[in-house]
Amino acid sequence: MFETLILILDATLRVSTPLILAALAGLFSERSGIVDIGLEGKMLGGAFAAAAAAAVFGSAWIGLAFAILASVGLALIHGFACITHRGDHIVSGVAINTIVAGLTVTLGLDWFSQGGQTPALTGDARFTSIVFPFAEQIADVPVIGLIYSELLSGHNILVYMAFVFVPATYWIVFKTRFGLRLRAVGENPHAVDTAGISVALVRYRAVIICGILCGIAGAYLSTAHNAGFLKDMSAGKGYMALAALIFGKWRPVPVLFACLLFGFLDAVAVRLQGVALPGIGEVPVQAIEVLPYVLTVLLLAGFIGKAVGPKAIGKPYVKERA
Amino acid sequence: MSQAKVPVWVNVGLIPLLNILLAFFVSGLVFLAIGQNPLEAAGYLVYGAFGYDAGIGYTLYYATNLIFTGLAVSIAFKAGLFNIGGEGQAYIGGLGVGLLCLWLDSSMPLIIIAPLAIIGGAVFGAAWAYIPAYLQARRGSHIVITTIMFNFIASSLMVYLMVNWLKEKGMMSPISRTFQESAWLPYLHDVFSPLGLDIGNSPLNLAFILALLGCVVYWGLVWHTRWGYQLRTVGTNPTAARYAGIDNAKVTIWVMLISGAFAGLVGVNEIMGVNHNLLLNFTAGYGFAGIAVALMGRNHPIGIILAAILFGALYQGGAELAFEIPSITPEIVVVIQGLVILFSGALENMFKGKIEGYFLRRAAA
Repeated sequence: MFETLILILDATLRVSTPLILAALAGLFSERSGIVDIGLEGKMLGGAFAAAAAAAVFGSAWIGLAFAILASVGLALIHGFACITHRGDHIVSGVAINTIVAGLTVTLGLDWFSQGGQTPALTGDARFTSIVFPFAEQIADVPVIGLIYSELLSGHNILVYMAFVFVPATYWIVFKTRFGLRLRAVGENPHAVDTAGISVALVRYRAVIICGILCGIAGAYLSTAHNAGFLKDMSAGKGYMALAALIFGKWRPVPVLFACLLFGFLDAVAVRLQGVALPGIGEVPVQAIEVLPYVLTVLLLAGFIGKAVGPKAIGKPYVKERA
Repeated sequence: MSQAKVPVWVNVGLIPLLNILLAFFVSGLVFLAIGQNPLEAAGYLVYGAFGYDAGIGYTLYYATNLIFTGLAVSIAFKAGLFNIGGEGQAYIGGLGVGLLCLWLDSSMPLIIIAPLAIIGGAVFGAAWAYIPAYLQARRGSHIVITTIMFNFIASSLMVYLMVNWLKEKGMMSPISRTFQESAWLPYLHDVFSPLGLDIGNSPLNLAFILALLGCVVYWGLVWHTRWGYQLRTVGTNPTAARYAGIDNAKVTIWVMLISGAFAGLVGVNEIMGVNHNLLLNFTAGYGFAGIAVALMGRNHPIGIILAAILFGALYQGGAELAFEIPSITPEIVVVIQGLVILFSGALENMFKGKIEGYFLRRAAA
């Protein structure tokens, strides 16, 4: 029983990682007032760039760099549309998701001729697990041994990075000057403008950070969690991260827990496939799968708490001209 | 602002045209990037879509779905709402159509099943849009997010129903039994052949006529009813609408019901017209493509028909293209679709200021 729990939690960490990265990405963007439903597309683009570059150069780190480049490029398109040209944030996000969904397969087929996939990655082209010191030795110690060797040890570097980014995000958003400005442009851009700070510049910086984090999330999907790019491999994780961002009310630590909860549900759903629970019987996997979405809808509707986003979110900033 | 006005044709014609051309130009660059001649590719596309009878049939068959989802997205736009849940509404609409066909196909003739199934698809689609609409109107939750969530919920619900309840016994894949022919919407080539017209075999069916009727309904509703006036007022200026005594929440809920109903009719074309059984993933992204259609069609039924035919042609031509040049996937059409959304949607203001400025200055001079 205990071992099963540890294994489920272990899987939870692995499934949650891309959600955490993408949700933090969304946090930067949306805190600055830029709605981002393009998390999905940026993640998918990052996944493709990472796998393609890792396949060509044989290094997961070069893959990661390309993933970040690709994702930041997409983020800048989003910024160009939403910040510079005051376009509709949702439409721009949909555009990016659509373009990436098509472009990754198109380029993949042209470059690798494997039906839109990238070649399977091996060795250094993937991020491999990091085994903590003495993990083997203390694995047999009751309770702690299992927690240490199974749950904490043995993930790849990107998993640990995701967890480090949570306090880092908290610090940046709530304890730095940039964070103050970031939150201010999302709540009251006029005030920021009055203080002589460029609203556009702050927002551009926010979408660039968003792009970087989405790129890492994408690289995780194709070069750490899997060994190569598959068509549509982000499979709605970007939207789920968006749900987690709302569920965590745009605050880093609650967002982390929302991602872990959604990841946990995913891990449980896999485990419960075809298993009859005592007293309840067999729970349909789909019922667990939809829980993140149902919970988010309920939260948004104010049935369980209330999610209130940044005030100026989705509104283009127009300087007043007398 | 001066008194000078920008000519109408600039806003309705020139700027949208420039945006579309830019989208196609960038699409051409994508073709160049994968080492293909864009003009040659365009040739295959056009031939595949319009070059022969069956090709035209396929184009119009794809266009049927796109008209439905285009109308769905567009009518919600009219009220300032973004219904991104067309995909889920179409999916559940198809479920409604399929359930009715499975229930009635052995006992009723087509003349009774067809209208019932159409109503069924519309009602199921509308019902799926109702909850997000209600939550937006009465509880203030953002419709974009809820409709996205409802797409995923619809998808899981369909998998559950198909795998556990509707799957034909003894089949591995989650497909329902095939309907009896009394629940098949006639193909247009079968309708035309007694008249001595041969239009080539294609999945084009009577749902296409239904889609055109839908455009007429849209036109009538939006511009020729009191409710349509309320709808447009809410979309243009919600505050003014409230002052004028319009119940914004009620308009929101009703427009979403109609939007969901339009999307649900995709099920009539796909389930009753072509597949003749209930299956998974028949919506195949039409809900999202509807956004491109609505944007490109400038939220007008005529525009939507033209845009739907253009995208239908891209789908059909894309299949032909992938067949002729194996190193190209049909997905390249999705790229073009995305670029159209980007340039005629998100970046629609890119040229606007400059061009309007030019005409204003010219008018002032």
